[in-house]
Amino acid sequence: VAVLPVQATAAVDEAIAAFTGGAEMGSEGITLIAPEIAENGNTVPIEVNAPGAEAIFIVAAGNPTPGVATFNFGPLAAAQSGSTRIRLAGTQDVIAIARMPDGSFVKASQEVKVTIGGCGG
Amino acid sequence: MADNVKPRVRVPRDATAGEVITIKTLISHNMESGQRRDDDGNIIPRSIINRFTCDFNGVNVLEVAMEPAISTNPFFEFQATVPESGTFTFTWYDDDGDVYTETKEITVS
Repeated sequence: VAVLPVQATAAVDEAIAAFTGGAEMGSEGITLIAPEIAENGNTVPIEVNAPGAEAIFIVAAGNPTPGVATFNFGPLAAAQSGSTRIRLAGTQDVIAIARMPDGSFVKASQEVKVTIGGCGG
Repeated sequence: MADNVKPRVRVPRDATAGEVITIKTLISHNMESGQRRDDDGNIIPRSIINRFTCDFNGVNVLEVAMEPAISTNPFFEFQATVPESGTFTFTWYDDDGDVYTETKEITVS
């Protein structure tokens, strides 16, 4: 079981605050699909979906730098969803936060167990 | 650093007006994270694609800000609405200033 060093959790809070401005986050209206167990941390498939969202921010809470990506949806996005592949340094929580048009935020998270870390070194 | 960068995009050839289509994009790129060390223990500098955009006839579909935690050969799958015939433009922005572009035509009947 990995215990995050204090700086790492602070970096996660900072990254999230940079996106939300410190706003409270609900939990309805966003889904994050990630594998429970990822054998290879170099390429972990994830999918986010938050109907109606303006943007979705993805954070890997246990990575050396927690930010992963921000999806900004344009007028021709048919769904506020997307899939990509990410690196995870080890077992950790992956967090997705959506900004809704009314300025509210919703959050989903899932723990991914990583067998082989994806940050080299 | 940006050797052999090759975008690959999958877009349907045709659609009906207003149809929702699925787009898949992949671009070959190391996405050097800046966390790895070489054999001598020196940190290998970060060199990634940091931004991706998809537009249709000049209207935005998706823009993604990317960090080093995006895997080698960045892959995205997403959905777009096609109101009329036209061109999808896909653009990737490299840390080193290079910009890679790919376009796909779609016919709306």
